[in-house]
Amino acid sequence: MQQSGSMQPEAEPTPPQVQQAGRDETSALLASLPMDTVNHWLREMMLIREFEVRTMQAYQDKKIGGFCHIYIGQEAVAVGTIAAITPEDPVVTAYRDHGHALARGMDPKYCMAEMYGRIGGCAKGKGGSMHMFDKANNFFGGHGIVGAQCPLGAGLAFATKYRDEVINKERSKHVTLCFLGDGALNQGAVHEAKNLAGLLDLPVIYIVENNGYSMGTAISRGTTVGHEITRKADAYGIESAVIDGLDVLSVYRDMKPLVEHCRQTSRPAFVDMRTYRFKGHSMSDPRKYRTKDEEAQYELLDPIARLSKAMINNQMLTDERFKQIGKEVRQEVREAIKWSVASKPPGKDELYKDVYVEKWGPYTGTSLPEMLGGDES
Amino acid sequence: MSRVIEFRDALCEAMTEEMVRDERVFLMGEEVAEYDGAYKVSRGMLEQFGSRRVIDTPISESGFSGLGIGAAMHGLRPIIEFMSWSFSLVAADPILNNAPKMLYMSGGQFGCPIVFRGNDGAGGQLGSTHSWCVESLYANVPGLKMAIPAFPSDAKGLLKTAIRDDDPVFFLESERLLALKGEVDEDPELLIPFGTANIPREGTDCTLVSFGRPVHFCLEAAEELAGQNISCEVIDGRSIRPLDVPTITRSVRKTNACVVVDQSWPFASIASEVAATVSEQCFDDLDHPVVRVNSDDVPAPYAFDLEQEMLPNARKICQAVRTATYSS
Ligand SMILES: Cc1ncc(C[n+]2csc(CCOP(=O)(O)OP(=O)(O)O)c2C)c(N)n1
Ligand SMILES: [Mg+2]
Repeated sequence: MQQSGSMQPEAEPTPPQVQQAGRDETSALLASLPMDTVNHWLREMMLIREFEVRTMQAYQDKKIGGFCHIYIGQEAVAVGTIAAITPEDPVVTAYRDHGHALARGMDPKYCMAEMYGRIGGCAKGKGGSMHMFDKANNFFGGHGIVGAQCPLGAGLAFATKYRDEVINKERSKHVTLCFLGDGALNQGAVHEAKNLAGLLDLPVIYIVENNGYSMGTAISRGTTVGHEITRKADAYGIESAVIDGLDVLSVYRDMKPLVEHCRQTSRPAFVDMRTYRFKGHSMSDPRKYRTKDEEAQYELLDPIARLSKAMINNQMLTDERFKQIGKEVRQEVREAIKWSVASKPPGKDELYKDVYVEKWGPYTGTSLPEMLGGDES
Repeated sequence: MSRVIEFRDALCEAMTEEMVRDERVFLMGEEVAEYDGAYKVSRGMLEQFGSRRVIDTPISESGFSGLGIGAAMHGLRPIIEFMSWSFSLVAADPILNNAPKMLYMSGGQFGCPIVFRGNDGAGGQLGSTHSWCVESLYANVPGLKMAIPAFPSDAKGLLKTAIRDDDPVFFLESERLLALKGEVDEDPELLIPFGTANIPREGTDCTLVSFGRPVHFCLEAAEELAGQNISCEVIDGRSIRPLDVPTITRSVRKTNACVVVDQSWPFASIASEVAATVSEQCFDDLDHPVVRVNSDDVPAPYAFDLEQEMLPNARKICQAVRTATYSS
């Protein structure tokens, strides 16, 4: 009988660390950006962090049910990438989606109410944590099936290009951001989507939030050439980049030209965004597959601490102001929870609403959530 | 000798015993080895059998399902675990287009002795992508067998039968039942043949037919109705394909009333199939048309109350029985 291989977690930290911006480079980057912008990023990341901390508490208190995936550690990715596009550019992601929804501009109260399963949620409590949507902010969802969003991302890019070129007779001028996990790289749909994007010249950027693990499987155990996943873009003739996803300044610095390049050329791109999820895969994960040492090493690279320290070093932030922002975001999330609690659970009539646009049989047509005005349509 | 164990351990025992018995059997799926299974069903199996026989996969359902089918065509006996049957949808082509048709298309040359197993049905507020009840959808396909245990003992006996079966078996577990405890015999030859329904409760006024987790809702309803002097006979089908029609019709001839409870959607469902069969074979015995209880004909919602409203439950079953027995 065969004996099993080593059960020890990898000695090497996964993913392999990317070259980090040095102190001078960081200072130069900070100096090149408007103060308000950087302040805004810091605040956004802190808002997401606070939102997630309270989400975890609410889950433990059984106010939130189902599967719930926490974004703590990855905040710089959503904030830095979305800062590099315009509000008209489509965004789509997987189930670890709270951070993207907030970074895209969703009011935290609609996001929280969705997880509380209330009618005031962005999807009227019908989608839950894994399925956030916000049409007004061009956020095309959280998607629960691994990889499912990748062909959709190609479709969103197809649509913007079609509208721009075929209907409006202009140059293609939009870029779609499609986020996926490193584990999603092994779904067939992702490869079909990349090939289509390359073949049809679709302006979509596949951003792999490479946190090194899919559930308990380290990337090296589940993915060939896991140390160099950009080769999986080369195979489809798609340009790629490796970015330090734990530093919002690096994310923006590298994403901005890439986005503009895709916009200009109407071509896809692929990003190996090196990051780390600081918490478990979902709310029930003892994290036995990785070492405490590895976790501690990544916690030193906490994107919020990194940005705030750099700002303080460059006289862009005071300790006092930092604490003040902390207070503000705590208040904002507290309000969101209060609002969620006050919102009612969806009534029985919602069961047969939104199944079809048309009213027929037991089906009662559709209506927009409160977030979008709540109109019957 | 029997002892009380959890449903998940009954499944683990079945796989372990069959792997000891037959070296052609192996287990493959996401997180089955080093993580002991996402739901701890394969706990300890990696240690016992090693990584050649208990194999972690990437998130590639289409790939590893197809791989299993190829291996089965070459004479191995794979057990392919889906973390959830909801994720089998991305493997629809291999599991529906290859496995069940291989024997036929090859004119009897290549059989496909493979077991696909995993959680089926609502797990509790998982939303519509993760709450699939695949039984009605998949049972439509000739060439496959489908088993769906409701009790630990059946879980073990049916899974052992599935692994020894020469045809592809879709084995539907429920995450909500994995911690359920029950008596399970230690006999390594505990085999429950497919197509043999069980009658966990006898009665005289109405036959309740169900499969998998809703069998427990039927038992709950039967208990409640007993207090109102309505005596229900509960039939646990245990396998859907083949379906034990004689046990069902025998019961209906006795009770003259039938309610079918099936957790999938009502349209073209297992419940429709059973209702049609009972209507055909027991038309003169029925005092009332067969009544069906299904999930509501809508995608599964996330919100707790809405999901409860959508799923079959004891209250809905009681109401259906009252209708079928003219007691409302
Ligand atoms: C097709 C499919 N298979 C399995 C799952 C269960 N599942 C959910 S998340 C996950 C791991 C995904 O890892 P990764 O893509 O790296 O994203 P991360 O969770 O790290 O953000 C798995 C296996 C699923 N949702 N869909
Ligand atoms: Mg990952």
